[in-house]
Amino acid sequence: MSAELLSVRNVEAGYRRRLVVLRGVSLSVREGQVVALLGSNGAGKTTLLRTVMGLIPDQPEKGEVRFRGALLNGRDPDAITRLGVALVPEGRGIFPELTVAENLQLAGYARRYTRSDLDAVLDRFPVLRERGRQLAGTLSGGEQQMLAVARALLLRPSLLLLDEPSLGLAPRVVAEIFSTLRSLNQEGMTLLLVEQNARMALEVAHYGYVLEAGRLVLEGPADRLREDPNVQELYLGVQREASPKGFRRWRPKRRWA
Amino acid sequence: MTLAAQYVANGLASGGLYALVALGIVLLYRSSRVLNFAHGDLCTLGAFLALSALQAGWPYAASVAAGLVGAGLASAGFYQVLVRPVREGTVLGLVITTLGFALFLGGFMAWVWGTDTKPFPSPMSDVRVYRLGGVVISELTAGSLAAALVLVALLSLLVQRTPLGLAMRAVAQNPVAAQLLGVPARRVLAATWALAGMLGASAGVLLAPVLLLDPFMMLDPFLKGFAAAVLGGMDSLPGAVVGGLTLGVAESLFAGYVSVKFKATLSFLVIVAVLLLKPEGLFGRPFERRV
Ligand SMILES: Nc1ncnc2c1ncn2[C@@H]1O[C@H](COP(=O)(O)OP(=O)(O)OP(=O)(O)O)[C@@H](O)[C@H]1O
Ligand SMILES: [Mg+2]
Repeated sequence: MSAELLSVRNVEAGYRRRLVVLRGVSLSVREGQVVALLGSNGAGKTTLLRTVMGLIPDQPEKGEVRFRGALLNGRDPDAITRLGVALVPEGRGIFPELTVAENLQLAGYARRYTRSDLDAVLDRFPVLRERGRQLAGTLSGGEQQMLAVARALLLRPSLLLLDEPSLGLAPRVVAEIFSTLRSLNQEGMTLLLVEQNARMALEVAHYGYVLEAGRLVLEGPADRLREDPNVQELYLGVQREASPKGFRRWRPKRRWA
Repeated sequence: MTLAAQYVANGLASGGLYALVALGIVLLYRSSRVLNFAHGDLCTLGAFLALSALQAGWPYAASVAAGLVGAGLASAGFYQVLVRPVREGTVLGLVITTLGFALFLGGFMAWVWGTDTKPFPSPMSDVRVYRLGGVVISELTAGSLAAALVLVALLSLLVQRTPLGLAMRAVAQNPVAAQLLGVPARRVLAATWALAGMLGASAGVLLAPVLLLDPFMMLDPFLKGFAAAVLGGMDSLPGAVVGGLTLGVAESLFAGYVSVKFKATLSFLVIVAVLLLKPEGLFGRPFERRV
């Protein structure tokens, strides 16, 4: 089995105005894997990624986050980034009033990248090459997402975290993003992917976790999750056979709760 | 006509210094969303430090540099020790923090240097004058305006053309996203505060020969710089420069043609008028929440 890159152990975390969001979460991401993290709105997926990156001051409250064995608790986000973990945040986090070129240039602030690194990334997203002098805020949603991923790649991370990269994008663009993720993984990149689009996520992922109300309720290899009846009904929108009385329950029952 | 030109020339000269003060205020406001009421006192501190260096026999340039570095360090230190920890709190908490620091600095300067006004030397003379047509302008005035414009140009080069400037703009727009790219946002902000302190100190050093130096020298120029910043839109560096020059010229014309006594009131009128008519200022964009 490959080495463990990211290890999250019994993490409890929250915000100042909402003390407990994660209630003891443990997960692990191994080198070369694509791991999907599924869960409905407000389950705490973003909170988990933010906790890993050190973006919530003084969190996690309890538990440990380790990257290649090194404790991340209490480190600054920029230091964690320099260790080799990159996050493409929810909402993309581009700088709307900087040009596309400047957005890319920033990724080289802490650690310079070479011309050929840049070319490799731009070859992956050729639109960005044409848009260099345009303000990033004027890019389309799909182009902004590509910019966000491109910037993260220029950091040359060993682990890439993505928070809902498909949010708000047209199906064709979503497919494009996912095919990029798949080829990145084939080239050796390890990914932790938070997604609402469970179907796509479970297609690229090797392993998956389901987070509900701050707890992991299910985990397993992606193909097993795809077959799981609860996952099918809640995240894949598969219609179950009608109940004996002939109508569907208005709310799906979660067998794991 | 020459009279009007004379007023404009005088106005530009003081406007250049208002612009320097305004730049310091705007630099901090747009990167930290902090209104730094201690900015004026940091300017004065820089001038006092330079004066002490001069009195210790240092050459003029080295003394000014010492003043700039001292004020920059004080400003960055203030950010690291007090502003950053309080930032999580309320806007009111921040305002009170900067007011408190202003009072502290005022007291500190009175304690170290005394409250009596002191002459401040300048390599430029205020009796030697240049004549352009009918307009008379002293070497000191012309030199101050030139120095202010050079500093503005250097600042814009730094902000627009260097990696640090790019990081400063990024951190101002979205500090979290900047950190996620490995930019040490806190250090960049500390550098921004240091830069604002240095700009302020240079305004202090340029004003001190004219106003004479005492711990409260910057009270009035700070208010003018603040008005200029509001006029320019609080968020915009070019806005601060245009705001400063406009305010300087408007004030000088007002003093010449209307009333010298109410000259000081004009900056207050400008603030009120801008807030009523165009709250986003000349160069600011309409208010949007930062992401
Ligand atoms: N800054 C904050 N302060 C207080 N509570 C927060 C904050 N951010 C998120 N929360 C709360 O934490 C819970 C988990 O939020 P989180 O954003 O992690 O969910 P999520 O799983 O990413 O949801 P989504 O799929 O909608 O993005 C929610 O109930 C949310 O209201
Ligand atoms: Mg989320």
